[in-house]
Amino acid sequence: MRTAKLIEQCVPLSLYLINNEYVYKLLGKTGLPVWMLGLGVDRLRADMNRLLAILFHQGVLDEQFLQLQQLQDESSPNFVFEVVTIYFRESEKLLRILRDNLSDREFSDYAKMGIHLNQFLGSSSSIGAKRVRNVCVAFRAASEQNNRLGCLRALELLEHEYCFLKNKLYELFQLEQQRSMAAGVRYPAQH
Amino acid sequence: MGIAAEAQFHVLAVDDSVIDRKMIERLLKVSSFQVTTVDSGSKALEFLGLMGDVHGNPTIQSSSVSSHVHHHQEVEVNLIITDYCMPGMTGYDLLKKIKESSSLKDIPVVIMSSENVPSRINRCLEDGAEEFFLKPVRLSDVNRLKPHLLKSKFKAQQQQLPQQEELEQKEPDQPQQKQQQQQEKEEEEMESIEQKVDEQEQAVQSSVKRKIVEESLSPERTRPRYSGLTMAT
Repeated sequence: MRTAKLIEQCVPLSLYLINNEYVYKLLGKTGLPVWMLGLGVDRLRADMNRLLAILFHQGVLDEQFLQLQQLQDESSPNFVFEVVTIYFRESEKLLRILRDNLSDREFSDYAKMGIHLNQFLGSSSSIGAKRVRNVCVAFRAASEQNNRLGCLRALELLEHEYCFLKNKLYELFQLEQQRSMAAGVRYPAQH
Repeated sequence: MGIAAEAQFHVLAVDDSVIDRKMIERLLKVSSFQVTTVDSGSKALEFLGLMGDVHGNPTIQSSSVSSHVHHHQEVEVNLIITDYCMPGMTGYDLLKKIKESSSLKDIPVVIMSSENVPSRINRCLEDGAEEFFLKPVRLSDVNRLKPHLLKSKFKAQQQQLPQQEELEQKEPDQPQQKQQQQQEKEEEEMESIEQKVDEQEQAVQSSVKRKIVEESLSPERTRPRYSGLTMAT
């Protein structure tokens, strides 16, 4: 058991002196440092992998998301987060437009709606958001038939799938952030 | 991050989708290309119009062009990769304009699309596109660009050669023999490299055509390589 001396506390991190190194450690919900609870980098990485595996299994994400991760490296360490953030911004714009269009009983420009759907489809495909993309395909089919009711149903489903995806991706980013914090910042102690 | 000063190819990427621009930029940078992105065909032509003679005043703002451009300096673009579906000028329209321009027609053009429409793909290839990529574009697709870039670079060098010969004939006879030998050597080298590039290009073209045939057979959107049907060289 390593002995540790608490130097400074700033929730949720604590600065400890462990074996002559200053180390920041993540505090768990109990207020105890995560490493003391037996959790650490490995556990968080396992949690991340488990979440990703579930999302792939459910078809929420596909292999394109892996391609995104492969493009991230030291020269672009936040690439996935940046791309996904842009995706969220663009998607919410499109969802608002679609909702406004279909809220208007007189709306008839289904061709324009098709263009928006193509954009949504394309960007979802680019980040590997498989289920969202598939709903866009169904939505587009309804819009091509000028089927207002079908479009409304598809929009509801699209909003639901998009929210689910967003929540899961935020969960993933939080785990990643915790993992990199738990890996710790090490400074040599000076006496 | 070290950059090889000489051998970096400059790619102009055209896409109206901000996400796809970010993706293609990253894919190209990871593959050691220098990248400029623009969001429309007209902005692409404006950017290309800065090569050689300057036609009028450029109106591109630096926020829509991701690299610095010095107007009095020639900007060299080695390849253009463009989305097909764009408002206003489509990628196909852009392709036609480039191939119709005497100054730009030798720049290889690659088209990307999220839709797998064999007639569209064939039309683009017949009208001068080197490659047609289905979106989302992968690293393996970007790796197929290098042969096209090498081939056009050597074509450009070959065109410069006859000019060199004319100049050298006016010089005194003594160094002429040495120069002739050197030129012959260079020509031989370039021929053999061109052969290799041609072989690669044929292999690439046949794999693209294979892709078109197979994609038209399979109703799903899955790529041939994952279903084990294709073996690209």
